[in-house]
Amino acid sequence: MVAPAISARPLESAVWAALHDVYDPEIPTISVVDLGVVRAVETDRDQVRVELLPTFVGCPAIEVLRAAVEERLSDFADDVNVEISFAEPWTSDRITAEGRAALRESGFAPPSPIRVNGRELSVLPSLPVAECPYCGSRNTTLENAFGPTLCRAIYHCTDCRQPFEQFKEV
Amino acid sequence: MTTEARLPTRQLIQPDVPTFDTNGLNDASRESLADLLLTMADDEFVVGFWDSEWTGIAPMLEEDVAWSSIAQDEIGHARVWYEMLAQLTGDTADHLAFGRQPSEYRHARLVDHPRNDWAFSITRRWLYDTADAVRLAAIADHPFKPLADVVAKVRREERYHLMHLDSWLRRLAGREGLPRDGVLGALDALAADALTVFSGPMADHAEAWRSSANRTLSELDLPTIPEGVPPADGRDHAQPSESFQWLWGEFTSVARLEEGVEW
Repeated sequence: MVAPAISARPLESAVWAALHDVYDPEIPTISVVDLGVVRAVETDRDQVRVELLPTFVGCPAIEVLRAAVEERLSDFADDVNVEISFAEPWTSDRITAEGRAALRESGFAPPSPIRVNGRELSVLPSLPVAECPYCGSRNTTLENAFGPTLCRAIYHCTDCRQPFEQFKEV
Repeated sequence: MTTEARLPTRQLIQPDVPTFDTNGLNDASRESLADLLLTMADDEFVVGFWDSEWTGIAPMLEEDVAWSSIAQDEIGHARVWYEMLAQLTGDTADHLAFGRQPSEYRHARLVDHPRNDWAFSITRRWLYDTADAVRLAAIADHPFKPLADVVAKVRREERYHLMHLDSWLRRLAGREGLPRDGVLGALDALAADALTVFSGPMADHAEAWRSSANRTLSELDLPTIPEGVPPADGRDHAQPSESFQWLWGEFTSVARLEEGVEW
């Protein structure tokens, strides 16, 4: 009898599913999985290892987030190890389509793609236009590249006249 | 002033920073890496604390938020460099950040100056950010992979600082009277210390920065940075300045409240 692929690593799948319950403490509508913060999940018989990528190097929420992941997974194995890693840079392109929808629903503009015409935005001298999460207009202006947390910028929509925040492109 | 308070050494890696694998390094590369990390960490730490002095009193609310955010970024970068250095040498990041005497810091003289007025802060920060960008680009492919990994991440964040400071420098320099005079005064006061970010391990990159910074300064019809080599004592604080002694007193005040406290 051939087991379905999903249960080939049942513990690993269960861990990923559980991580969908852990939310970013600074933007509590998006899970750590949809935020793209989870780089890897490895499981052994009685061991779970999770690797997290900080959105910003100085993000003060990372320890809260790490502890929340550890707490959520504490029943999965005796040995739960949640590590922070810079082995690859977290970029805003790691936010999933579901994550982008969740951001929009709670009034945050999702970040634009960081690659534009094959060039990485991080080397371009300008910022892209944020799309208003309320009316969808792209007729918006950047008020401040620095918002209430390291990962957020402040915009104003010229059409519906709403101020809104955007998750920064990094 | 010269309190002998020292935090005890804790061989503990904080859970929210990675373990950096330093096993493959020989003694010579350890030494040069430690030197580089300490200079970068101290630069970011000190400039970050000066930046935080604008919290609550910046000329406008947006700048209050921006400078607080930039300060938070820089202290965050300093923390990772201190952690990496601590793991390399068996020290702790807390001790490196808060347990040294003012004379033991190795920050560039450019960031030793107090924040002064708005134009001075903008000008100094523009000089520092553009120099830091050259330094980070130069070590982007550093053979010690954990360092190169963090640099890749840090550069993505520093881009926002650069854009912000570039637009402010242009804004002030383009407005005759108080704004432009402020920039001119700051450049005059900082000229002798401009190259000190490259004093020490990054000396070979000073000229690359000078010529790129001078392109912008010429474009804005501002005095350029004179030719020269980074001063050998550009990171020497054997006789700490009064302003740095004051800042040190501020940023170590909590750590000195109770020796050895866990936080």
